[in-house]
Amino acid sequence: MTTDTARTPARAGLRIDFHVWGPVVALLALIALGAWLNPNFLSYGNVTNVLARSAFIGIIAVGMTFVITSGGLDLSVGSMAAFIAGVMILVMNALAPSMGVGWGVILVGMVVALAVGLAAGLVNGLLVTQARIEAFIVTLGTMGIFRSLITWLADGGTLSLGSAVREVYRPVYYSGLFGIAWPIVVFAAVVVLGEIVMRKTPFGRHCAAIGSNEQVARYSAVNVERVRLATYVLLGVLVGIATIMYVPRLGSASSSTGVLWELEAIAAVIIGGTVLKGGFGRVWGTAVGVLILSLIGNILNLADLVSPYLNGAIQGVIIILAVVLQRQKKAER
Amino acid sequence: MRLKALAGALAVGIALAGPATAQDGDAAVIGVSIPAATHGWAGGLNFHAQQTIRELEERYDNLDFVLSTASDPGQQVSDIEDMMATRNIDALVVLPFESEPLTGPVQRVKEAGKWVTVVDRGLSQENIEDLYVAGDNTAFGRVAGEFFRERMQGGGKIVVLRGIPTTIDNERVEAFQAAIEGSGIEILGMEHGNWNRDDAFEVMQDFLSRHAEIDAVWAADDDMAVGALEAINQAGRQDQMWVLGGAGMKEMVKRLMDGDTVVPANVTYPPAMISTAIELTALNYVSRAPVSGRFIIGSVLITPENAESFYFPDSPF
Repeated sequence: MTTDTARTPARAGLRIDFHVWGPVVALLALIALGAWLNPNFLSYGNVTNVLARSAFIGIIAVGMTFVITSGGLDLSVGSMAAFIAGVMILVMNALAPSMGVGWGVILVGMVVALAVGLAAGLVNGLLVTQARIEAFIVTLGTMGIFRSLITWLADGGTLSLGSAVREVYRPVYYSGLFGIAWPIVVFAAVVVLGEIVMRKTPFGRHCAAIGSNEQVARYSAVNVERVRLATYVLLGVLVGIATIMYVPRLGSASSSTGVLWELEAIAAVIIGGTVLKGGFGRVWGTAVGVLILSLIGNILNLADLVSPYLNGAIQGVIIILAVVLQRQKKAER
Repeated sequence: MRLKALAGALAVGIALAGPATAQDGDAAVIGVSIPAATHGWAGGLNFHAQQTIRELEERYDNLDFVLSTASDPGQQVSDIEDMMATRNIDALVVLPFESEPLTGPVQRVKEAGKWVTVVDRGLSQENIEDLYVAGDNTAFGRVAGEFFRERMQGGGKIVVLRGIPTTIDNERVEAFQAAIEGSGIEILGMEHGNWNRDDAFEVMQDFLSRHAEIDAVWAADDDMAVGALEAINQAGRQDQMWVLGGAGMKEMVKRLMDGDTVVPANVTYPPAMISTAIELTALNYVSRAPVSGRFIIGSVLITPENAESFYFPDSPF
């Protein structure tokens, strides 16, 4: 492949490098398919719906990109989001009578969400770096713990935000800036900042260095433990931000909140071109991966292509195809 | 504290002076195995199971209970095996996670000479259980369908949110379709919202972008109705359609009582049926009343007129 392109430089420009552009090609193909199947697909309402519902997984997946790039993994994010949402709702409901219904209560709720997210990420990170337990096992454990805690907090049912507070909080999901819904604005900001941090800062380069070879990174005076810890804390805080955007949508949290978000986030990261074993991460690719995942669901809902029983199978095929496209070049190498 | 309870129990025992209810001084152990609280309805189930067990343990000294909640069929099988091996249960009350995988294990319990009560989801083989307590899924779908028929005399366009793909969901949907047949009501689309608020919200958003005209929604479950209502509000189309949920979640019954026009009615499918099952099983050990057979709890229509009697503010569901 490399020698081939070297020999015919004139054609090189026309060739699409699937390793880089594979996810984008898949995304464009899906958009074309959607537009062809249903004229409402590209309407303002539908585009807003799809982008806004992608925001939760998207914000989390950006954090997951850093964790995976540095050779880690976090299975607990879905349960963590449910737990944070539960705590946030309980705190806001408890404070509403004394503080009065207004933005004060909601700001406290937001701070609580960020703090709980930070603490949860810190627990994961410390167990991985200080207790030296495999990330898979640590986060599998905390996944169960957070899930049980939310079930226990909700008494097996659903925690609902008081309706007065909810009315004030609602615009955070439903309204926006210049017609762009807030979750989309926040998602975009997180992606841009994440891309800059990954590409332009020592932290981003250290993540990649640790993921590709921990020993070499250590000898190069990279503080491996601290960088690893920071990736988990960053992810925890981003889960907090995602929850801040999630709670105003339905105003409730239950044990079924955030189920399988961790796998969707990991899938989005891998579809986007980040290497699961670590060493290379691409934040913009992750954003594309998230959009691919939610577009599949959206298109299947907008058109009766197949029996709804097969939705999961279609998703599986497209995920594998998107990754196959970009892996081909690597295999030939 | 324990001594006190023991003394109390002794006093009660002496006072009753050995009526027929005491079984050789040995307490009967009733095992209860139900799915974990993974969605609202199951949350209600867990609440009512715990509540009933607490009440019965207070009421009868010769009854002991073992409650276990499982998050998948495999775990439920292990739970039942553990109950048999280590707790020596006399009776089993089970709400099978899925019919097929639980049939064999429950049959073995029966073969060991234990009393078996099956709740809601029937086993795939008949005549294993002594007592069958269940909601009526066919009636659940039919009552909903009849309500649509009555309210949409001239026909209309509706969308349907289905639950998790299971026989329960199939029975409901088939009965619903049979009930609206020939009424001129057209089902524009059916998608699985999986008895989940978030999924239902997204499915409803997509229905709304796809269909310009929707007159009503059969959400078939109150968790899904909550998600669907939010999507309808977001699109600002709450004046164009109404939503029928199901199962009688307290928030939805409250909206009904308050006369919300978007939520005109509800259909019951009470999670408290687990209480019926546990109480009836307990009766087998504390009275002479015959309790074997089938006990089907009907699904009824809740309207603003009778909503009061279906409103349980303390329940989590």
